[in-house]
Amino acid sequence: MFFETLKLAVQAIRRNALRSVLTVLGIVIGVGAVIAMVTIGNGTTAKVTADLAKLGTNLLSVNPGQFGPGRASSEAKPFNYRDVEAMKQQLLGARAVAPLAQKTATVIYGTENRSTTVIGTSNDYFLTQDWDLSAGRTFLDGEMRGGRAVCIIGETVRSKLFGREAPVGRSLRVGSVACEVIGVLQAKGQSSFGSDQDDVVIMPIRTLHRRLAGNTNISRIFVSAKNGGETAKVQRDIEWLLRERRKIAPGKEDDFSVHDMKQILQATAGTTAMLTGLLGAVAAVSLLVGGIGIMNIMLVSVTERTREIGIRLAIGALESQVLMQFLIEAVALSVFGGILGVILGLSLALLATMALGVPFIVSTGIVLVAFAFAALVGVVFGYFPARRAARLDPIEALRHE
Amino acid sequence: MQKAIPKTPLIEFRSVTKTYGTGAATVHALAGVDLVIERGEFVAIMGPSGSGKSTTMNVIGCLDVPSTGQYLFQGVDTGTLSRNQRTRLRRHFLGFVFQGFNLLARTTAVENVELPLIYRGLAPVERRKLAIKALERVGLGGRIDHGSSELSGGQQQRVAIARAIVTSPRVLLADEPTGNLDTKTSREIMDLIVSLNRDQGITVVMVTHEADIAAYARRVIRFVDGRIDSDTVNREAA
Ligand SMILES: Nc1ncnc2c1ncn2[C@@H]1O[C@H](COP(=O)(O)OP(=O)(O)OP(=O)(O)O)[C@@H](O)[C@H]1O
Ligand SMILES: [Mg+2]
Repeated sequence: MFFETLKLAVQAIRRNALRSVLTVLGIVIGVGAVIAMVTIGNGTTAKVTADLAKLGTNLLSVNPGQFGPGRASSEAKPFNYRDVEAMKQQLLGARAVAPLAQKTATVIYGTENRSTTVIGTSNDYFLTQDWDLSAGRTFLDGEMRGGRAVCIIGETVRSKLFGREAPVGRSLRVGSVACEVIGVLQAKGQSSFGSDQDDVVIMPIRTLHRRLAGNTNISRIFVSAKNGGETAKVQRDIEWLLRERRKIAPGKEDDFSVHDMKQILQATAGTTAMLTGLLGAVAAVSLLVGGIGIMNIMLVSVTERTREIGIRLAIGALESQVLMQFLIEAVALSVFGGILGVILGLSLALLATMALGVPFIVSTGIVLVAFAFAALVGVVFGYFPARRAARLDPIEALRHE
Repeated sequence: MQKAIPKTPLIEFRSVTKTYGTGAATVHALAGVDLVIERGEFVAIMGPSGSGKSTTMNVIGCLDVPSTGQYLFQGVDTGTLSRNQRTRLRRHFLGFVFQGFNLLARTTAVENVELPLIYRGLAPVERRKLAIKALERVGLGGRIDHGSSELSGGQQQRVAIARAIVTSPRVLLADEPTGNLDTKTSREIMDLIVSLNRDQGITVVMVTHEADIAAYARRVIRFVDGRIDSDTVNREAA
């Protein structure tokens, strides 16, 4: 009996192929949206979490000024070389202290050029970022002290400017400075915030200051704590040290801020997960709308087939059998929509994750849930029309034109 | 010779009335009908339009229940049955041939005939076998896979009859079975119904407007205004 009814339902769907597809469009979009959202969200979360794990050494970011509403960070004075020296000497829990100065510049090699981020820093930077070279070497002490025109380039700069050529030893034009390429960084990919971390040229901080910036401002200092060291303690030490050096009277607020990068990433991961849930929920609402579409078309179908229902009832179909027939038809419709939706959602998610550079992780859980939900929508919204069909008076139904 | 113990009749109406609507708009479709039909009878119901013929058929077929009075089928008061019980009774004892065929559209002849068997829960193979047998019985053995729209009026009516008899019912109810057919086809259909009655002992109750169709029946009941006006035996019928 069940298979008979299922066969009937599939026949009815196939007979009106176009109408069936239009009917289930709501379900298709609903299921597709839920699956796409959740899959993209999961991929992003996974990426952020992976970044988090990569920050093996506990990384602190020290910035002048305070972030937050109503506080202008630009007013605070930048750090200087002596701040960095003092931190290096006095922070016992620190493994590396890397000053940072940044500028955007055009880099030119041969006929190729591109606008990129130029970072002035020290070798400690590679320690704090856990970033290794794929070719060449890091800066020599002499190069650091003397502010020599040498640079280490990111993978994107290498591939865009040098192509197949080996860059080490070549002369690269950074702004107006001719710079010898001494090393190439390993590819790192996109940051959790979506920017290309490999689109970068790194040079000794003095070189950047003297030849490109024309000042000695340090806009950020990265400090990584020693393995097993206590980040919170290092953070307190930095605050104490900088308050003293920047002569902040007791009771006055810091004019700088120290952030634990891990916390920032954790917060980002939390936000991503929450956004995923939220978008999934919004998408789920469209599933309900899809259900109303199914109810509508089932009601039309019951009216259209009143005579058929009359024949079935007169010939010996029980109310429950007619109810089942229409219910199964509604569920078959919504499950059909669910299948299309899963295909649509996964395809969209695949494209989106490829574009965003995050991993494509299919969660069977959400696919099953979305699918089951679609079937449930079929039952819930198919019930009312099905009951209407089952309760028809056979005599009236047979008279229906 | 009268029998000492009266047998329960197959169909018995005890002052059955059927009214539609309320107040000034009340229609007395049946205004007190007493009627007994025994097993094996062939009854024709005649009468002017609106006299209550179809209403009588619906009550006999358990598609409808009397407003007052009783309808007993094999001694069972159908008024006491639930909708599902009446459906089961219909399923097992009654076969319908409706006014205007009423086959399912876009469905083949054999599938139409199988329909009542599906609801009885028969296995597909057995269903098909019985359906083909019924179609052969009505002379359509060679057309089982034709869609209903590919069949002539007479052929469609044969399919409808095959569907009605495939369950081997006690009673065949036919509301104007030849209403839409030409004279020659009508005669063929009537010959078929007569042979079902004679050879298989199926009780036939048939509504018709035409005297020459009614002439096939052995008993003719005439309705006027929801009452039985005359009830005559037709000795000439085979
Ligand atoms: N569902 C209904 N609602 C209201 N009145 C009805 C309904 N069904 C039948 N009637 C009325 O009951 C009366 C008997 O109807 P019925 O269908 O039994 O007539 P009939 O003898 O079969 O007529 P015909 O020869 O035209 O088929 C008619 O007056 C009809 O209008
Ligand atoms: Mg009638």
